[in-house]
Amino acid sequence: MTMHDVSLDQPLFRVEGLTKRYGKRIGCADVSFDLWPGEVLGIVGESGSGKSTLLGCLAGHMQADEGKILYRGRNTLTMPEPERRVLSRTEWAFVHQNPRDGLRMGVSAGGNVGERLMAIGARNYGDIRETAADWLGRVEIAGERIDDRPRQFSGGMQQRLQIARNLVTSPRLVFMDEPTGGLDVSVQARLLDLLRGLVRDMGLSVIIVTHDLAVARLLADRLMVMKDGHVIEHGLTDQVLDDPQAAYTQLLVSSVLQV
Amino acid sequence: MYVATKGGERAIDAAHQWLADERRGDRSVPELSVAQIREQMALAVNRVMAEGSLYDPDLAALAIKQARGDLIEAVFLIRAYRTTLPRFGASVPVETDRMDIIRRISATFKDAPGGQILGPTFDYTHRLLDFKLMADGEAPEALRKEADAVVAPHILQLLDQDGLMEPLTDGDETPPDLTREPLEMPADRPLRLQALARGDEGFVLSMAYSTQRGYGRTHAFVGELRIGTCAVEMEIPELGFAVEIGEIELTECETVNQFTGSKSEPPQFTRGYGLVMGQSERKSISMSLVDRALRWEELGEDNVGAPAQDAEFVLYHCDNIQATGFLEHIKLPHYVDFQSELELIRKLRREAADAQVKEAAE
Amino acid sequence: MTDQAYNFAYLDEATKRMIRRALLKGLAIPGYQVPFASREMPMPYGWGTGGVQVTAACLTPEDTLKVIDQGADDTTNAVSIRKFFERTAQVQTSETTAEATVIQTRHRIPEVALTEGQILVYQVPIPEPLRFLEPRESETRRMHALEEYGLMHVKLYEDIARHGAIATSYAYPVKVEGRYVMDPSPIPKFDNPKLGGNAAIQLFGAGREQRIYALPPYTDVVSLDFEDHPFDPSKADHACDLCGSEVSYLDEVITDDKGSRIFVCSDTSYCTTRQDEGHTGRLSPEGEAA
Repeated sequence: MTMHDVSLDQPLFRVEGLTKRYGKRIGCADVSFDLWPGEVLGIVGESGSGKSTLLGCLAGHMQADEGKILYRGRNTLTMPEPERRVLSRTEWAFVHQNPRDGLRMGVSAGGNVGERLMAIGARNYGDIRETAADWLGRVEIAGERIDDRPRQFSGGMQQRLQIARNLVTSPRLVFMDEPTGGLDVSVQARLLDLLRGLVRDMGLSVIIVTHDLAVARLLADRLMVMKDGHVIEHGLTDQVLDDPQAAYTQLLVSSVLQV
Repeated sequence: MYVATKGGERAIDAAHQWLADERRGDRSVPELSVAQIREQMALAVNRVMAEGSLYDPDLAALAIKQARGDLIEAVFLIRAYRTTLPRFGASVPVETDRMDIIRRISATFKDAPGGQILGPTFDYTHRLLDFKLMADGEAPEALRKEADAVVAPHILQLLDQDGLMEPLTDGDETPPDLTREPLEMPADRPLRLQALARGDEGFVLSMAYSTQRGYGRTHAFVGELRIGTCAVEMEIPELGFAVEIGEIELTECETVNQFTGSKSEPPQFTRGYGLVMGQSERKSISMSLVDRALRWEELGEDNVGAPAQDAEFVLYHCDNIQATGFLEHIKLPHYVDFQSELELIRKLRREAADAQVKEAAE
Repeated sequence: MTDQAYNFAYLDEATKRMIRRALLKGLAIPGYQVPFASREMPMPYGWGTGGVQVTAACLTPEDTLKVIDQGADDTTNAVSIRKFFERTAQVQTSETTAEATVIQTRHRIPEVALTEGQILVYQVPIPEPLRFLEPRESETRRMHALEEYGLMHVKLYEDIARHGAIATSYAYPVKVEGRYVMDPSPIPKFDNPKLGGNAAIQLFGAGREQRIYALPPYTDVVSLDFEDHPFDPSKADHACDLCGSEVSYLDEVITDDKGSRIFVCSDTSYCTTRQDEGHTGRLSPEGEAA
């Protein structure tokens, strides 16, 4: 499903000197990076390291204080609100840690998946339903559950539904905030597998925040390690995990079981 | 032959006559005068003035009489009358510092300059029905003496001088007028206070009570509660100075609340404020608590999701005239809408039955 | 009772000017909800205070006013509002749709096509079409500003998924000039097609919610739907038992304790005019003979 007309010689997403403060406290400071089409960037660090703040600023949920965020050459920080909203319901997607934050719990699974389609103008009920059913299948939810509400789903199913709801409009860039966070280990493994397949098949660019280095190793091409709001190490995933340079990264890597 | 129900007009006239008759009640019992209501049901009169946003004890008493004692109906009469009054201008702000006090208490200090004055309060009465009033309501005259010329500064000013209170900023801006501009969100504090001042006493009380029970707790103390009369002055452009045009009775409550502080600012107590027309002590205390709870954002507190922290929820639902009108409108005929619901449900049931038959056949 | 103390049509001129400004803004941006400083009126909120204020701001002494509720001129609330204006504005009133220059309505659009120069004033309880999907006013205003209407169709989708059809039968949402989603007030969806391309000016007043909105003549108004589940303005599949009309909206009336029922036009003016013209229905004396 490679329908993207993005040129491969310019980054999809470029961040320059991004800073966010909470009063005098620093959320994240002077973060810069490029993200290329089809690339998965992992942001790792322990809680409080600023990785969620960074993700919030990147996705436009929070207002950054300084810096630039260029998406396909356009600065999303200075972009008018309506345009940014259009972007976030078409070319962007956001997968929350808690599926409740990303789903409409009172709306059926089919309605949840269909919402983004309807938001960009789909007006044929049969087509919307067919696409929704197709997507439920792709995230391994039985078709007969299409009219059930997410409340009746297990945690893993809810998370898979959230992913379907986000990917149904074939976005180019997906933000993920600890997508496997609240799940059992066995459920996590299945979800990771599914995500990896979807990212590859759809050629998605992904920025994923996680504190779980195993998740980072499985999904990310490159890693950024954050501490106290600063990026302290940045490189290819294998490089960072197998040969960490910064003392903090070494500590982080050694403190978890090798995978 | 069927004839559609007619005669709405005749029915209305007859209903009005019946209502008037019921209002008067048993003719062998003497009729209440407006003056009796004004003098002997003064707290009801006060409530109608406060929620009706019109200071006129005689009209409020008349409204109570006309409304058969239904206070919300009486407030409604006053509001509808108020709409028609031309507006000549605005008074200068009343100086509650210079209030002619009949009651003044502080829960935060044992004593203060000007003293504690209990005044005419129910506070320490035993709530026992006084059956004497059934036979004879005459009460002996209370002892009277000339009031001392007391100077009673606001008690919170004393804390203010020590820098313990959050500072109040004086603004020159004319506050928005709720009765002349639509209520729009977000509402600033002057607008919120206006809405609360005319809000339903029961609603504001329950909101305040909920903060005390943990839904947006603010640790309030009554710093000062004062009741008395204040002069109302108005600038007369032709004269170039303000003249007194009358006086009104007010109840003012200032609460001292939990303090806030940050690295840059030392801890200070915060405030809640209530000001209500007439002697309406419960309402003014409630108002201060709700005011304080609604200030969470400017004071950098967490929104814990408490109803009393939600300005949209509180302000859109505190007005009893809006609430009662909309609530009671569901007794108006809705048969056109109901008819379309009837048709829809029949159609859906028919389709469901057809589908079942089809399924069974297959 | 003398009403000399009150201004023409009750409201003072400054208030009427304020309402007219809101009306003009509403006409300039069809379907957009204009906040206005609604006044307290001598009838309760929810009983037509918005419509009454709009009517008061539109009336001139030369106008002829018609007031209907549920389509009928003689329902109690219609009578009460008509009396109010007879008293405070001394305008002519009429029950005939074609004779009226200003028509205040609750829950119906008259059957007879309106003409240029007429004003139809709707009483609106909840002006916000998104209200029951999103309770916060600050959020719904943002949704309108950003044209984020996906949620509206989610609701219709859910209806079809659950009931096989769109289960909204009145206050059926419409899109105005391809821009604003608007609540047409609780008229039955049968009336929706009359909203668009109407020759009259249509004004909507919500007193308690302090909103005014408007449709200028000949505005494009589309009821929301899906291509494969098109909007269906259906009505009871009967003819009026009094005038025989097969195209008017009907009230169902239960006539005895055995549940017998008859169907009669909800628009009483339309029905009586037809009867006067000699049209008959199942229960007409001539009809029985026939």
